[in-house]
Amino acid sequence: MTIETTRRGFLTSAAAASAILVVGVRPNGALAAGGDAMLNPFVKIGADGSVTAIVKHFEMGQGPTTGLSTLIAEEIGLRMDQIGFEFAPSDPQRYANLAFGQIQGTGGSTAIANSFQQYRTAGAAAREMLLETAAQAWGVDASELTIEEGIVTGANNAAPLAEFVEAASALEAPTEPRLKDPSEFRLIGNPDVRRLDSPAKVNGTAMFAIDLHLPNEMFTMIARPEQRGALALGFDDSAARQVAGFINAAILPNQAGVAVYAENTWAAMQARDALQVEWDLSAAETRSSDEIQAEIMAALEAEPTYNVNKTDQTATQAALDGAAQVVEQTFYFPLLAHAPMEPLNCVIEANDDGGITLHDGAQMPTGPHMAMAEIFGLPMEKIRINTMLAGGSFGRRATPEADYQVEAALAFVVTDRTRPVKLVWSREDDLRSGYYRPAFGHKVRVGLDDAGQIVGWDHRIAGQSIMKGTAFESFVVRDGVDHSSVEGASDTPYQIPGAFFGLTDTEKATSTLWWRAVGHTHTAYVMEVMMDMAAQAAGRDPVEYRLSYLQGDGGDQARLAGVLRLAAEKAAWGEAPAGHAQGVAVHKSFGSYVAEVVEISGNAEDGVKIEKVTCAVDCGLAINPDVIKAQMEGGIGYGIGHNMRDQITLSGGAVDQYNFPDYEPLRIGDIAAIDVHIVPSAEAPSGAGEPGTPPAAPALANAIAAASNLRVGVLPMDENGVAFV
Amino acid sequence: MAFSLKLNGKDHTVEAEPGTPLLWVLRDELKMTGTKFGCGVAACGACTVHLDGQPARSCQTYIDDVEGVEITTIEAMERDTIGAAVQQAWVELDVVQCGYCQSGQIMSAVGLLSENPKPSVEEIDDYMYGNACRCATYQRIRAGIQRAAEILEA
Repeated sequence: MTIETTRRGFLTSAAAASAILVVGVRPNGALAAGGDAMLNPFVKIGADGSVTAIVKHFEMGQGPTTGLSTLIAEEIGLRMDQIGFEFAPSDPQRYANLAFGQIQGTGGSTAIANSFQQYRTAGAAAREMLLETAAQAWGVDASELTIEEGIVTGANNAAPLAEFVEAASALEAPTEPRLKDPSEFRLIGNPDVRRLDSPAKVNGTAMFAIDLHLPNEMFTMIARPEQRGALALGFDDSAARQVAGFINAAILPNQAGVAVYAENTWAAMQARDALQVEWDLSAAETRSSDEIQAEIMAALEAEPTYNVNKTDQTATQAALDGAAQVVEQTFYFPLLAHAPMEPLNCVIEANDDGGITLHDGAQMPTGPHMAMAEIFGLPMEKIRINTMLAGGSFGRRATPEADYQVEAALAFVVTDRTRPVKLVWSREDDLRSGYYRPAFGHKVRVGLDDAGQIVGWDHRIAGQSIMKGTAFESFVVRDGVDHSSVEGASDTPYQIPGAFFGLTDTEKATSTLWWRAVGHTHTAYVMEVMMDMAAQAAGRDPVEYRLSYLQGDGGDQARLAGVLRLAAEKAAWGEAPAGHAQGVAVHKSFGSYVAEVVEISGNAEDGVKIEKVTCAVDCGLAINPDVIKAQMEGGIGYGIGHNMRDQITLSGGAVDQYNFPDYEPLRIGDIAAIDVHIVPSAEAPSGAGEPGTPPAAPALANAIAAASNLRVGVLPMDENGVAFV
Repeated sequence: MAFSLKLNGKDHTVEAEPGTPLLWVLRDELKMTGTKFGCGVAACGACTVHLDGQPARSCQTYIDDVEGVEITTIEAMERDTIGAAVQQAWVELDVVQCGYCQSGQIMSAVGLLSENPKPSVEEIDDYMYGNACRCATYQRIRAGIQRAAEILEA
């Protein structure tokens, strides 16, 4: 009850005053509707008929603002230009990600998958309430009426839905509104639906958090140690005081750094650089990435800590001992930074009612919400989060510790709180003080019989767990195994006999974090390179060989085989022109099935040119096909770019890379063409943001192998024998 | 100190310290936030503006050096024939994902089409090399430039 009353004040800012019909859910999940009595809805309709989708996910480019709006517009009966969107406030009850439990957040490529029924249901309820109101007004039966392009039509009547909004808001929400049959869809699955966020993103008006300016704001940058874990003991700001616009500096309460306050960003940057900080290095990380790699590679040679699938390891060994030939490869995957285009930032301000507002491209609002409630000693309802557009994330804007939001809160809490604090990271901060895709090693031995059939698969994985030691440990770690370390390998849909998967955790030298496609970023590479090596050793075609392990009636196998066949067909597999070579990979992640064929010219020694990537994706019912294609294109680029030439390395605990010149992004000329095909499907929608990434690098590696007889096991490729042109 | 700027066809006077990058004058003083900060070392192109019609990285352009120079930013592209065509093409093809780099991409694309009304794929790749997109929308950027060329030709 308390929550209801106190949240009411928030609604005035979160929802337009003119909204009078809103539909959402109660905390128990039941549909609810009404005027301002219904707080934190999924859709609201103004007296003027304007419809707004309240988007519970954040937009980092992956398209949920368009996607969730499409679901509402479809069910109500609108054109896409008749709906707008707003980001939902932070409310872990009503806006929970249904795949996460009581946490509002975006990740695991779940934005559409978990919202599909929820947002359709809200839209359908709004439609039924409007139709019931019109039916009463016209003295007809609601079943005779429909809404087409915002017009209530039927029984020889037609009127804009605006005419019925006010009366409809007095109705109870239907408990089970009828969802449209797929045969009625006009927007869902329509490749011509355009993104709702495009216009503002091409004329400079789109508002990212870094674009927010508040009256009387201060700009903050943090002086952080070169080595993680060092603590600030003191500082000398005499040089910083010479910087015009410098205000002052303060050690953060957790001693993780020194906040520098200035009148503008440039002054904050200069003053931060001029600050001399005394660090206590006693708890600081001092290892180098060479040591991390050595520890991981040594772990691969020892007995694994965990037998992931509890299979008979001796049987696998016996199968390998008796094999006609054994194919073996060792792999190493370095640390990788996310490097979203918009450097991390957020803005914190005090509110007149004693509350605090965080303005943030918030990927997981519940995290900073809870952390800030603790830091400020305020109840949850006094902490507001204004979610703004995010300039990319790839996982970086959601950390279990809410790292940068906490940093901003600590920088704010030590001020007199009269001025809003805008925290900005530089690109150097992003690459150096960040969280990384953990380093992993794999060692795989595959035994083949005389006919080239797999008889045993011994697969050892070692690396730094992402989830252990975080609040997510209890959800993801089972019998000691962090699933995110082995996903995509130990649960492979390939029907491999005699498989053993072993896992050893190694020490964390730095923070580890989910990075677009998480564990699949390394497991898909290993599985698909090994399948390719096995096919080669067997003298079999790589596509045909994979298909032979995707037999039977299993849904996973059939859907993987489906995308593999489609990609092979569209890529003209086996018919590459002279001087070109092809490589293939197929992988399931986040509920979706993706096959990719990479065609290259040249070879590892003289230089590889990526001529074309052909992709086939089955992600269930495609809500916005063009957005899905864009996610495949981007996912492919993300996977290929990093594996071509990126890594984060440490020397004595300090990060060696400083900015894009030595963490070189994929550039426009790196991939000449990408061709994406979507498998028609009536299955429930599954992920699109991440599944395009995992198969891309192994497909490239397999193409390089076909052209060069070089199997790249240690990444990135350009440091390990592959030249690119 | 005070600097006079010719920005998007209007005269502005701004207070800034000598040596301040134009990027931060635009963003923090003039609150024109369409021009983005991505790297600060001219390695990503997110901060691209036009100086006398030529694309330039505003993070490496200092306020002291732009007096008397015509500065054009993304905010003025709707009024520019080529800029409007590029924006139209970008929306038609839904080039954007996160969108953060796209102001810079568009400013560079307009620079290219101003010099070369029908660029080949190789010319596009060469000219746009310095504009990074972490979402990897490159395929559509290429198509968007070709589509804008078509719109302008018609």
